Amino acid sequence: MASHPTHAKSWYGHGMPYLTKKRLPGHLIAIEGTDGVGRSAQIELLRPWLELEGYAVSNTGWTRSPLLSETINEAKAGHRLTVTTFSLLYAADFADRLEHEILPALQAGFIVIADRYMYTAFARNSVMGADPNWTREVFGMALVPDLVLYLDIDVESLIPRVIMGKGMDYWESGMHLALGIDLFDSFERYQGRLIDEYRRLSGEFGFVSVDARLPIEELQGELRKHIAEYLSGANDRSRRDSADSRASTRKE
Amino acid sequence: MICVEGIDGSGKSTQLLLLERWLRSRGYPVHFTEWNSSRLVRRSMQRGKKKNLLTPTTFSLLHAVDFADRLTYQILPPLKAGMIVLADRYVYTAFARDVARGVHPDWVRAVYSPALRPDLTLYFRVPIDISLERLLSGRAKLKYHEAGMDVGLSADPVESFRIFQSRVLEIYDQLTLEFGMRPIDATAEIPDQQRVIRTMVQEILRNYDRNRANGKNGVTSHSC
Repeated sequence: MASHPTHAKSWYGHGMPYLTKKRLPGHLIAIEGTDGVGRSAQIELLRPWLELEGYAVSNTGWTRSPLLSETINEAKAGHRLTVTTFSLLYAADFADRLEHEILPALQAGFIVIADRYMYTAFARNSVMGADPNWTREVFGMALVPDLVLYLDIDVESLIPRVIMGKGMDYWESGMHLALGIDLFDSFERYQGRLIDEYRRLSGEFGFVSVDARLPIEELQGELRKHIAEYLSGANDRSRRDSADSRASTRKE
Repeated sequence: MICVEGIDGSGKSTQLLLLERWLRSRGYPVHFTEWNSSRLVRRSMQRGKKKNLLTPTTFSLLHAVDFADRLTYQILPPLKAGMIVLADRYVYTAFARDVARGVHPDWVRAVYSPALRPDLTLYFRVPIDISLERLLSGRAKLKYHEAGMDVGLSADPVESFRIFQSRVLEIYDQLTLEFGMRPIDATAEIPDQQRVIRTMVQEILRNYDRNRANGKNGVTSHSC
């Protein structure tokens, strides 16, 4: 059985010093995994289940901030960015969603499901050749998730899924890196490197890894099992905390 | 690489313009670049400012995107070609303003670590009252972010400017020591300031080889 972290919320680096220290009673669950692995389909199934369990749910996705999504799309269309500029653009998008979507929802006690989190930037930047230490320092303003579920897949199993899905796309195939003369070769190499990087991060940051080759329903069952385990641990902890605080109030 | 720093209304842009004229007249190949001027983030910046969506962190990161883009297209190529790059504001603007807004000083330094350290940084020191006087006589209203209104220090723009830019000034003073910026008395007469600046620039250009602009040598600036 996987052991889930039950620590209180923490910031990855310096955080955002100007924010007042408000309680964040909600839960931040990040779903990580490479392009086309099936993250969004799984998240769509998680939400109604959690709502039936009585939890309020808020979703957030990579590059969807109102401040930057348009700029990122334009920049991609123009193909004019270096990895440094790209990283900063994604970091700005991330910070915008963190402050305007994730933190308020956590304050209100929601479960926030993040479709990708800072680890996607770590994996991509490192494949694209940015200094990994620099990327991590930039994301020092991030809140550490309570649970990271990693949808793991090998590139051979990923390929048919992507081809039968929405097809191989320029960026997801890493064509901007000029790794191969055709889309397929490039996809295979780029995604292979990304997956290696995600797996390394999984060990480093203690992701809960699930086998994304499983059929949709089975994979969903696995994810629910891990989330339920995490939530019951977190609930026990908060009951203990409030019992402790009641006890200490009585003493006074 | 020569840059100018200072709060709004310190007169740094005027001085940089005069310096540029002088360098060009003496036949130096010069390239000018300005803070927050890349097209890339213009729309996000406008939207963020207009709808008041910017937080200290996103304000800082959007400027960093602008800087990284200009570093790629406006700063590194002319330097590598042996040209003189003149920058109106550089990373120290972020180190001062963003920290005054509340981000962590180490974080913002890390964000800008891909930057090169300039050969000469001129810091235009001016008391708040003089900068306010210059700004208010030039245009009717103080800009919202320039006055630090987003930080919520005061509902009155002039008062907010005073508090916010005082913080910025204080940090600039500390940065002067940390990064060896050369202070210029920005209350002095314009031609007097320019004379001091030209002397300093002449000094750093003593070993400058105009032939380098033909691309015979690489960059001499070192990393921050």
